[in-house]
Amino acid sequence: MPEQRDTPGPGPLAAREEAAAEAMTVSSSPETARSLGSDAWHDLRRNPIFIVSGLLILFLVVIAIHPSLIATRDPLFCELGRSLDGPAPGHWFGFDAQGCDVYTRTVYGARASIAVGVCATLGVALIGAVVGGLAGFYGGIWDSLLSRTTDIFFAIPLILGAIVFLSMITLTGIWPVVLVIAALGWPQIARIARGAVITAKQHDYVQAARALGAGNGRMLLRHILPNAVAPVIVMSTIMLGTFIALEATLSFLGVGLQPPTVSWGVDISAASDGMQFRNAPHILLYPAAALSVTVLAFIMMGDAVRDALDPKLR
Amino acid sequence: MSHDTGATDAAEVGADDAGGGGPLLAVRDLAVEFRTREGTARAVNGVSYCVDSGETLAVLGESGSGKSVTAQAIMGILDTPPGRVAAGRVLFRGRDLLTAPEEERRRLRGERMAMIFQDALSSLNPVLSVGYQLGEMFRVHRGASRREARERAVDLMERVRIPAARERVNDYPHQFSGGMRQRIMIAMALALEPDLIIADEPTTALDVTVQAQVMELLAELQREFHMGLILITHDLGVVADVADRIAVMYAGRIVETAPVKELYAAPAHPYTKGLLESIPRLDHKGKELYAIQGLPPSLTALPSGCSFHPRCPLATERCTTERPPLHPVLDASEAPVAGRGSACHYWKETLHG
Repeated sequence: MPEQRDTPGPGPLAAREEAAAEAMTVSSSPETARSLGSDAWHDLRRNPIFIVSGLLILFLVVIAIHPSLIATRDPLFCELGRSLDGPAPGHWFGFDAQGCDVYTRTVYGARASIAVGVCATLGVALIGAVVGGLAGFYGGIWDSLLSRTTDIFFAIPLILGAIVFLSMITLTGIWPVVLVIAALGWPQIARIARGAVITAKQHDYVQAARALGAGNGRMLLRHILPNAVAPVIVMSTIMLGTFIALEATLSFLGVGLQPPTVSWGVDISAASDGMQFRNAPHILLYPAAALSVTVLAFIMMGDAVRDALDPKLR
Repeated sequence: MSHDTGATDAAEVGADDAGGGGPLLAVRDLAVEFRTREGTARAVNGVSYCVDSGETLAVLGESGSGKSVTAQAIMGILDTPPGRVAAGRVLFRGRDLLTAPEEERRRLRGERMAMIFQDALSSLNPVLSVGYQLGEMFRVHRGASRREARERAVDLMERVRIPAARERVNDYPHQFSGGMRQRIMIAMALALEPDLIIADEPTTALDVTVQAQVMELLAELQREFHMGLILITHDLGVVADVADRIAVMYAGRIVETAPVKELYAAPAHPYTKGLLESIPRLDHKGKELYAIQGLPPSLTALPSGCSFHPRCPLATERCTTERPPLHPVLDASEAPVAGRGSACHYWKETLHG
């Protein structure tokens, strides 16, 4: 039964492999290799939801960076004499209580809203991914410590916590709002990141990388992260929309951005007086509509990205 | 732990005498436990074996016999917790790895010892191209540049005979067939020309037609680089062709060790005998296929004495109380056969019966 192992038979084996090689080159299809990212991009380009939300977001980002492209007036230039006036030539959205042009203010408001949303999301994603990733990767005592810390922050209601912190500090501008949202919003991302890292860690290829001498850093960054990052990206995109809404909420409550800053939340807050709304609904309508469309665009984008990155959910 | 019997067993006699600073790898009385809810599972209970450069040791055993866990303990990739090395030594060129610092062990992995896994698809990272993963070996251990690593990756793919290597180096694992993926795994393990390769059931996930090719390739590369190879398998057919020596494991112990031909010709342990008899054979066509009765024991509650006694046709009262050490197997003239041992009280009866 035991055969001689030293039968270096290059003849049949080599012939077989040549045949196999030939078959492979013949049958190799023109389909090109795609990475996860380019695969997702391939799907996204064919998704109408992505196209619509992408164009909207592109438009919003452009006017956030260069509002003067479509609004030539100064958002802080107001004529009290035209207070609450309706639409007029050159002022299609009318005037607010201070006599400022609603169109100009709505356009300029995009900057603060999107800046807060993007910066807060980046902060949240960074803190959440680092905390959750380390907890999931190292496990044991680190997991317990980091997960319990996450739970503590999770227990703080976002709006209530933000109100308390923002009413204590006297700084103005977008940074206090960004910091508070980032400091309180990360636990959700941390949980998702932790779960994703634990799942990715159990794959055989992580074990294989370890068996071939990869260190912790390389395993985490090269082998686990790319396989765990999709849910974090998806969640972050969806959260971006909610953070923009949150900024408006905080500004409406009077603790977010303060008046010289132009933002949708500030304008909605100023327009929400009952008397004014009855007489001049346009001053509430336009910033509120802009806010809703922006939030919707980011949430749609998040949905589309999720579909592209996780085909199983479709 | 109760692995107290004669520390240097017959298994080691052959290789220890080879001299020159001892064998490439020597495992001594290795014991690995897993904490489970049902208690401590003793996956490995005092395993000893050794491998020399250029030698192929086949570790044979059914699922759960501890063969893979032993390999993981040697490589230092055991999941701890729940796993834990409870006792023993793993000597790699005389250096005890179990007491070595983790950083030193990490540098050894890939560079001096490497492992090939069973399922190549799940062992390759789906989001990285195979070229990147092959090149990573050179980047991690040799500090190679990106371009250099890519070149070496192409070389490696050609060496394991992947057709059109240069065109396929940027392809992803799912674009390769099972046999090709296993070749890539082999290429990764061989990248730095390690001294020792542990192949954990390298052909189990492959088609029968591809199995032979992959084993042939592995054996050829092993001869070329003069590596020690530990081949973990449950496939007796695979073993016969490529192994020099065989260690048969059962319930976390080595029950028999022998040069491959002698083991096939005359097994000295009832378990080995049962395994060999349960291979379907053409000349037994129409007859009932032999099967070893019963099931492998639960690792949380190993039987007393010889772990195999509940399933053994030769078991006696003695087997239930006294655990047999690995007896040296003697030939007809009462001289010990080099490298042969059997952990059975009745090895003589089994050998000649």
